[in-house]
Amino acid sequence: MKINPTLRRASGLAVIGSALLIGQAHAQTIPESTECIAPAKPGGGYDLTCRLAANGLQDTNLISKPMMVSYMPGGIGAVAYNHVNGVRTDDPGLIVAASTGAAVNLALGKFGQYDADEVRWLGALGVDYGAIVVSADAPWENLEELMADLKDNPGEIAFGAGGTVGSQDWMKAALIAKSGDMSPKDLRYVAFEGGGEALAALLGDHIQVFTGDLSELKSQLEGGKIRVLASLSEERMGGPYADIPTAAEQGYDVEWPIWRGYYMGPDVSDEAYQAWIERMQELAEDPVFAELREARGLFPMSRFGDDFDTYVKEQVTEFKGLAEEVGLTQ
Amino acid sequence: MFDFLIDGFGVALTPLNLGLAFFGALLGTLFGALPGIGPINGIAILMPLAYTLGLPAESSLILLAAVYTGAEYGGRMSSILLNVPGDAGAVMTTLDGYPLAQKGLAGPALGLSAISSFIGATIAIIGLTLFAPLLAEIAVMFGPAEFFALMIFAFSSMSVMMGKDPIKTAIGAVLGVLIATVGIDSGSGVLRYTFGLPELYDGIDFVVMIIGLFAISEILLMLEHAHRSEDDGKLPPLGRVFVSLKEVIACKGAIGRSGLLGFIIGVLPGTGASVAGAVSYTTEKRLSDKDNTFGKGDMRGLAAPESANNAAAVGSFVPMLTLGIPGSGTTAVLLGALMLYNITPGPMMFTERPEVAGGLIASLYIGNVVLLMLNLPLAGVFARVLTIPRWVLVPAIAILAFVGVYQLHSDLFAIYLMLIIGVFGYLLRKLGFSLAPVILGYVLGGLMEQNLRRALSISGGDVGILWQSGISLGLWIAAALLLVLPWLVPKLLSKKSREEAQQD
Repeated sequence: MKINPTLRRASGLAVIGSALLIGQAHAQTIPESTECIAPAKPGGGYDLTCRLAANGLQDTNLISKPMMVSYMPGGIGAVAYNHVNGVRTDDPGLIVAASTGAAVNLALGKFGQYDADEVRWLGALGVDYGAIVVSADAPWENLEELMADLKDNPGEIAFGAGGTVGSQDWMKAALIAKSGDMSPKDLRYVAFEGGGEALAALLGDHIQVFTGDLSELKSQLEGGKIRVLASLSEERMGGPYADIPTAAEQGYDVEWPIWRGYYMGPDVSDEAYQAWIERMQELAEDPVFAELREARGLFPMSRFGDDFDTYVKEQVTEFKGLAEEVGLTQ
Repeated sequence: MFDFLIDGFGVALTPLNLGLAFFGALLGTLFGALPGIGPINGIAILMPLAYTLGLPAESSLILLAAVYTGAEYGGRMSSILLNVPGDAGAVMTTLDGYPLAQKGLAGPALGLSAISSFIGATIAIIGLTLFAPLLAEIAVMFGPAEFFALMIFAFSSMSVMMGKDPIKTAIGAVLGVLIATVGIDSGSGVLRYTFGLPELYDGIDFVVMIIGLFAISEILLMLEHAHRSEDDGKLPPLGRVFVSLKEVIACKGAIGRSGLLGFIIGVLPGTGASVAGAVSYTTEKRLSDKDNTFGKGDMRGLAAPESANNAAAVGSFVPMLTLGIPGSGTTAVLLGALMLYNITPGPMMFTERPEVAGGLIASLYIGNVVLLMLNLPLAGVFARVLTIPRWVLVPAIAILAFVGVYQLHSDLFAIYLMLIIGVFGYLLRKLGFSLAPVILGYVLGGLMEQNLRRALSISGGDVGILWQSGISLGLWIAAALLLVLPWLVPKLLSKKSREEAQQD
């Protein structure tokens, strides 16, 4: 972010300037031109999050002009976070995609000088849940059997998922270990590039437990090659997931919601922030949006404004505690 | 058994879908030809468009698959014409493609690579149709340990590229491996060589690396020559336009073997067109480079990686269609596209949504023919690109690349990084290093390290896991043979011939 501040500021100002002009003309708090930054390369989860807002707002006629989706990969979201905190701090037309993974990175101090208090947390439009998955021919029928075996033979059972050590995928494995009175440090965790590779490794019995997300398991459930021992949700999910017990039901108090939400710059006016909250609430209640959300494999979640802000900050605090416990903070 | 394919052809041959396959092939070729936009970005850009247009699932999948295969065709153009690989799979294509163009054989080189691409892809599509479910079972047998052994095999097969300066080749490869270590270490979550810059957390992007290393260094070399000599404007001769049947037949072995090899590598989740290109080139060089002409404009050295990278692109559909597991970044994006239509790929897709599975496979057949028809006649047109002076052409490509990279990163850091890598590449070239080992070290080294770390986290640090399975043991032995045989065989042969001489 320190590379070319003048140019950045100039372009930022231009955007803000034009936004202000439009705002005045229409006496609106949110400019007509809106933008969502996906802090990743095209095609990933953040892209999906931005498109959920962009397509949803357009299909429900809550915006008149299509929302622009731009990409700002780097630092697992840190580059975009710094950008919003340093350059486009008060752009009323800009939202940035975030998820549980961003909260984890904030907790680990991976977003540089900025912490979770810096931005205005707008809200979440959907959520996915973690899942504990084993192969269909694995010896464990439920979470308790797995945990008992894990205690006796920690070296025989390897966990794996699509994220690095310290990522939200790893957190799921760490929390499960913790709930069974094991130290996450003793866990054998294998970091793959994306959930697909980890799933392949599970099917080939290279790893024994995959800590994935419910939505990415839909096709596998039908295929009958895997067994989901637990979903990390508050309660059982419906549809194809109805038979999957929660971890809490089985006596392991672990929940892992992967929310998909947005934040705005720290200096965005209260009026614009409130207008966005109302707009997002309206979107979340629209049946057209429910269809869009389901098509992306997401479950409903409606937390906006202060409610969401508190939620994210509590999460960050909780993750900080966990990270310190296992010696991950820097 | 092949009902789905017959249905599929019915779907793929409707005017709309045929038109989309054609449109996708054309766009894909363009995306591949422009350095900076690869198949992943091409598909990610088009996906929301297809969805917004309200295309049915099979149609948008046909469009996106055509873009994907088209990009593998297109990637070779700037490799051959400018010595700048258009995408990851086309790195090896520069090695013989560019020298061919310099000899005035740009037209035939483009034509031959189109035919190789066609045959390689066709081999893979047939493989996909016949053996997909079986292959998927074998693919999941490859775990981290097996992948590590495969990378060892790939590196030892690179030894054939040592050429006249083995030390420099080795140093180049090691430099590439070093660059691959930048970023968050996935095994421990620790930041490596990021110097407190969040922009480096995710490592150095492949596109940034390739444009910097190849295109920027090329411009710097040209700048230097412009100040020194008069003959800068001299263009390579533009010879004949079409490849002859004789030349194609001379490459039949290279094309066939590489197609098969590329397909197998593509099927494995996690290895794609770049690995396929590297392994097939080095294998072919070992098998057929009797007169040491590879790297100097040998048609076979061009045909091999082109056949392999297209075959690999098709191969990566196997785990996606049969297991619902994306075998490459590009198929991961395609999988996302399917999810949007509420289709979950996997074994059930062939029975539940045969029009999608069959339509996709049929469209691969059709798209491939379209691509050949599109690319063969165009070879002559594209070869004319070389009549543009290089001092116009290369900067123009660089500008396109700058725009492409900026578009993908929304960040000037990537541009600066690209320039730094360009200067680095220029210095390497001045010192007589070849760039291919650097880029291969970067691609293979990253995969090798990750898989080594994964294997060791599974075993808890016991290195025995690395040769425990039959597959990995076989790969280790093959790798050892690759290193020992070239040294051993001539000795044995000369001994034998000495004995024979004595008998005479």
